Amino acid sequence: MKQTESSDVILSGNEAVARGCWEYGLHVACAYPGTPSTEILEAIRQYPEIAAEWSPNEKVAFEVAMGASFEGARALVAMKHVGLNVAADPFMSVSLVGAPGGLVVVSADDPGMHSSQNEQDNRYFAKFAGYPCIEPSDSRESKDFVGVALDISISFDVPVLFRMTTRVSHSKGIVRLGERTAYPIKGFERDFKKFVVLPSNARVRHVWANERLARLRAYAETLAINRVEPGDPSFGVITDSVAYAYVKEIVPDASILKLGMSYPLPMEKIRTFASSVKRLFIVEELEPFIEEQVRAEGIPCEGKKYWSNLGELNPDLVAKGLVQAGAVHSSRPVPEPEPVIPRPPVFCPGCPHRGVYYTLGKLKATVTTDIGCYTLGALPPLNAGDTCVEMGASIGVAVGMAKARKSGKGIVATIGDSTFLHSGMTGLLAAVHEASGITIVILDNRITAMTGGQHHPGAGKKMGGGEAQRVEFARLCQALGVTRIKVIDPYDLETTRNVLSGEMENEELSVVITNRPCALYPPENRKKVREKPFRVDLEKCIGCHSCFKVSCPAISESTEKTAKGLTKSRIDPVLCTGCSVCSQVCPVQAIVRIP
Amino acid sequence: MKPLIKDQKNILIVGVGGQGVLLASEMLAAAAAQAGYDVKQSEVHGMAQRGGVVSSHVRIGPSVQSPLIPAGQADILLCFEQAEALRWVHFCRPGGTVIVNLQKLVPPIALMKGHSYPEDPLAGVRRRAARVIPVDAAKIAASLENSRVVNVVLLGAVSRHLDIPPAVWEKVIEKRVPPGTAPVNNQAFKKGRSASSL
Ligand SMILES: Cc1ncc(C[n+]2csc(CCOP(=O)(O)OP(=O)(O)O)c2C)c(N)n1
Repeated sequence: MKQTESSDVILSGNEAVARGCWEYGLHVACAYPGTPSTEILEAIRQYPEIAAEWSPNEKVAFEVAMGASFEGARALVAMKHVGLNVAADPFMSVSLVGAPGGLVVVSADDPGMHSSQNEQDNRYFAKFAGYPCIEPSDSRESKDFVGVALDISISFDVPVLFRMTTRVSHSKGIVRLGERTAYPIKGFERDFKKFVVLPSNARVRHVWANERLARLRAYAETLAINRVEPGDPSFGVITDSVAYAYVKEIVPDASILKLGMSYPLPMEKIRTFASSVKRLFIVEELEPFIEEQVRAEGIPCEGKKYWSNLGELNPDLVAKGLVQAGAVHSSRPVPEPEPVIPRPPVFCPGCPHRGVYYTLGKLKATVTTDIGCYTLGALPPLNAGDTCVEMGASIGVAVGMAKARKSGKGIVATIGDSTFLHSGMTGLLAAVHEASGITIVILDNRITAMTGGQHHPGAGKKMGGGEAQRVEFARLCQALGVTRIKVIDPYDLETTRNVLSGEMENEELSVVITNRPCALYPPENRKKVREKPFRVDLEKCIGCHSCFKVSCPAISESTEKTAKGLTKSRIDPVLCTGCSVCSQVCPVQAIVRIP
Repeated sequence: MKPLIKDQKNILIVGVGGQGVLLASEMLAAAAAQAGYDVKQSEVHGMAQRGGVVSSHVRIGPSVQSPLIPAGQADILLCFEQAEALRWVHFCRPGGTVIVNLQKLVPPIALMKGHSYPEDPLAGVRRRAARVIPVDAAKIAASLENSRVVNVVLLGAVSRHLDIPPAVWEKVIEKRVPPGTAPVNNQAFKKGRSASSL
């Protein structure tokens, strides 16, 4: 029985990491938002002892945390899994320098791709760089393991990869709170051979990094968070992260080796564990990271044979694999779901992106789009989005297409403001340098909307809400060498169409910037965005459904029909923000503002 | 504190982004924890604000391992929307209870060819679950002249099937609702509670 005491609170994995940061004396935290990692920094904000701020991208966030660690401060940087690709350069190279003050690198992976473009397994990054990989399985561990990670980081002078997953980050559980221990910041200790990775220094440091890894391997054998739970010897399970919870749920009496640190592996402990059971299973989400290494040591084990590398695990899948393996005899049948209409996400009522994608779809542009709320413009009925790969790609891809076509006519790169500042500016420089004939649309809604409304350097706000310098996109583009720059109101369809079609025809590079703020974030702006709502004049509506084509959740079918039996439209006055886009596409002016 | 719930209870709460599913499940988890039990809650909310499906697993008991409820093992399925009840009904265990808010939210995709909102979702749910309790939460909220209390009405409805004392609920409601709205929320809770008898 778990008794709740006053110091027990329910925290998500992300909130627990933030709490751990506070309790274990963290000094500096930075991040670029990305689901499922975003709430870590948002929760750290409540602790004034920790200097926290959003960075323009993950590479910069990593470098800021790295610098703080060089100064002797306890530092943490958080990002989603693909963010580590962006930060991979400093991540890999700082291996040879170390992290004297302590550096925890949180990578929140997204098995199942709940809100990501891939499901890469970042445990490989730990092995790639030779860093320890710490993996909490629930909220309690998420807090406690921050302390373990900082200890290891400081004593081995190594960055630690702290791997969360969507399920660990976003699940909640009871956490017992503790007090903060404060630590002094030692200050930067100049050391040319350590901090300046010239080849002559780096070669020596690589030898040191190898020795460090050997010491970490030995340490892994004694580390308490690599824990054997003795049980039924007929089979044993090695598991990590949330998979541990599923294994405990399905086979509570099994022998389990629970790895709190999945790299480097405690091979002697694993060997002993393997010899204590008749069969050895490795239950891990995504890739056979542990399995490959255990097998390479000549220890027989089974894993991906029964559990796919696709998507998330869950209790049912763990049970299914064990039944298939013949380790567990019966399992209840898993009931099949009913087929039900999907609910794909849609642009909010009043979203400034709607008019742009409606227009691009009508103009049949080749749209290289990017990552953000506006990616939804690629979905039907808007259908304006032909490529989307990773943050910042839109501009480079458009430049490449235009090069191959020997013309930029009709090619439009669309990119959000946060994404442009994250990794679009360098693409724009390429477009300027090559005099590419493409059109670039910067969707300046003044916020990072997709991830829940975080500020960026174009928002003019600091993390705590204070004023910050606001980057002006038109001036920025001008400074980068763009000569054709137009600002449009995306609620005004006629101008939007005229400008975009003109620029698409034009062989010169042009940047079009939209000027309406997000209708959802920050929440305090929702009232400001709202104007008098619209309604459908049922006398006039001819049931043509043109208004459906703007894909607005406020528009639905009414119960009224035309003489020809077509259903007339209806607008929900509570959802409608009065943006007027639907009224501009109605061929019979049946959509009118409620006075 | 004395144990009130001896066994594990699995409650799956589902709905559409913006309906208050997450707040309701947080309040339920908080109440269970205050009643002295271990709690795990898990949700997927990546696109919750953009009209997507929202689901939240709440598991309470002496000691909870997995944050996810296995399919077919929810004791209670609390649905904020009718079609969502149909989407998730397979999570309900045989003999489990489905509480369904009568609201229907037709997604914009239903306006496109090839998609349609189910004719009578509740009938589909009844085919697969023995105990279905419809609750007209919007009507109850309207009777209190406050459309925002729908999620607390539904929380009240689910509370009837859990062994958590009313005083605990009251405390949790007071703590979680906007200042000044505790009385109307407490009323909403009570009305929801009495609306969910079989
Ligand atoms: C490398 C990387 N970092 C973070 C993310 C998470 N993410 C997805 S879209 C996005 C930014 C969206 O902001 P913006 O470009 O302003 O578009 P908006 O959503 O506001 O329309 C972020 C941070 C990601 N997908 N990839």
